[in-house]
Amino acid sequence: MPFEWMVGLRFLREGRFQTVLILGGVAVGVGVLVFLSALISGLGENLVAQTLGSQPHVIVRRPDEVPRTQAPSGVEVAARVQRPAQRLVTIENWPVVMRTVEALPGVEAVAPVASGAGFAIKGRANRSVALRGIHLDDSNRIIDVKRRLVRGDFRLGGAETLIGVELADQLGVDVGDKLRIGTAEGPSLLLTISGVFDLGNKDVNERWVLVPLSNAQTLLGLPGGVTSIEVRVSEVFDAEEIARAAEAAVGQTAESWMALNQQLLVALRSQKSSSYMIQFFVLIAVALGIASVLVVSVVQKSREIGILKAMGTPTGRITRIFLVQGAVVGGVGAVFGSALGSGLAILFVSVARNADGSPIFPVAITPGLILGAATVSLVIGLLAAVAPARRAAQLDPATVIRNG
Amino acid sequence: MAEPLLTLEGVTKSYGDVVVTRVLHGIDLVLEPGSFSAIIGPSGSGKSTLLNLIGLLDRPTGGRILLGGEDISRLDDDQLSLARGRTLGFVFQFHHLLPAFTALENVMMPLMAQSGRQEPWMRERAMELLEEVGLTNRAHNPANALSGGQQQRVAIARALAPRPKLVLADEPTGNLDTQTANEVFGLLRRFNETHQTAFLVVTHDPRLAERCDRIITVVDGRIESDVAHTPGTPVDLR
Repeated sequence: MPFEWMVGLRFLREGRFQTVLILGGVAVGVGVLVFLSALISGLGENLVAQTLGSQPHVIVRRPDEVPRTQAPSGVEVAARVQRPAQRLVTIENWPVVMRTVEALPGVEAVAPVASGAGFAIKGRANRSVALRGIHLDDSNRIIDVKRRLVRGDFRLGGAETLIGVELADQLGVDVGDKLRIGTAEGPSLLLTISGVFDLGNKDVNERWVLVPLSNAQTLLGLPGGVTSIEVRVSEVFDAEEIARAAEAAVGQTAESWMALNQQLLVALRSQKSSSYMIQFFVLIAVALGIASVLVVSVVQKSREIGILKAMGTPTGRITRIFLVQGAVVGGVGAVFGSALGSGLAILFVSVARNADGSPIFPVAITPGLILGAATVSLVIGLLAAVAPARRAAQLDPATVIRNG
Repeated sequence: MAEPLLTLEGVTKSYGDVVVTRVLHGIDLVLEPGSFSAIIGPSGSGKSTLLNLIGLLDRPTGGRILLGGEDISRLDDDQLSLARGRTLGFVFQFHHLLPAFTALENVMMPLMAQSGRQEPWMRERAMELLEEVGLTNRAHNPANALSGGQQQRVAIARALAPRPKLVLADEPTGNLDTQTANEVFGLLRRFNETHQTAFLVVTHDPRLAERCDRIITVVDGRIESDVAHTPGTPVDLR
């Protein structure tokens, strides 16, 4: 074992109580670090997952219709240009558009959707609904309804429909019942409810009515057409980039979930930055703790340091004796701290549960997180030891020995 | 005559920037290999300052210090530290062992401190030295579990571990009882004979000074007398 390690470790062992206290301090600090990171990232992932439960990552649709000026550019001919009402129109040549989008890097799945406003009628009750005409299997790769079906079968035959739990409640219907679905365009169809789903969002559960694509095309007056192409990407936070790429590739409008959920992202970011803030101050406290213990140790051991210098120990080696102590305190503290943080996280998950016993949200303890916390702790330990180590190195052996 | 171990030429030492206190006024001193000398003098005479300079723990304000013919003012701090470790050993009044280590480890300490690691020969040499000071059976005891005399014997073994040419002993028996002091001093003399190590002892104790070959008296920062002395005859310390 190198001399610096031997002496450094022995000094730590000698200052038993101090060492235990500061290890405790570092462990608590690192524990908070690990727990908080795990909690915040678990919470964030959970929120994103919930949001994406009823939203595609990217929606490609036709650009809004705007009046085009006939005058040469720069020449104003009208004081006011009125925006036309946006009609429901199909994406032109949508199978080609869909295949082009599907071929983009990062895209996992695509599905055509014909959606529009409609209403569901049962007896004398009616509710306005969002009609979604889909190919069930394609669409399920974008928004997983199969897993969240609460009653009935995951099936969408020619005259069948899948509706949300809230809508079923409000209309007093259930699997096997018939429901009339109509649109302002005129036509209506009598469909059998094959299943009821719960996507975890009240608004969606109240409004979504899933019907076969061809039925929706009929109801919405879009024979053979689709209003949007929904996309699933492999990395959810790449969605915005992929949306931009899709726009460029197909000349349609593409919106990512990120653009549609700005507030959620802002909330996540501020949550992250406040957690960074807390972690930063925890680290400062840990660093100050390590530094103060080492400074005291340098004062206590000044006589011994003086002797080591008198017997010919080079200054650099004296410095390293204390850097080693800082690193060891940081490193060992990180091990205990990671255990503590993981323990807290496990405890939290087991205590914070929904009524049905499932965890409110998963806490994400990853090897990367532990490794990161350990590295940070080690670096903090080293940095905290720099000042005490320099102080030790600058001790004058003559004075120290003389003053015993 | 052999080349001198250490030569001081007109060495002066002052402290303070604003109010300058001159502690040493032009010291000339030559120490021979294998010699056994005492520095005596009243408190505040500058003996300790002189010892720090000889021990290369401090640099002179004026004059030159030559270590084996080389001017130490040309060495930087780390080179000085290395030169100190190789040539000099220290025995202090308060033994100054490292309490966190065993007796054996304390003796090995200068060797490890200089090379930066532990090697088997260091342990062997330390065991030999502990045997010579009669502490083989205490080798693995923690330093602070030894008696005062035992600790001082370990400190002597430690000072000798790097095979120094000169051992500086500052009141080596200062806080020991008479019998233990005699034993410890006997050890110093024995090492002087067997290892040909030079010793320079700073002391207040006339009975110790009497047992040295040369007595250097320092008064008010000057060498007042520097005489050869036959061990065993009385000495006038005033």
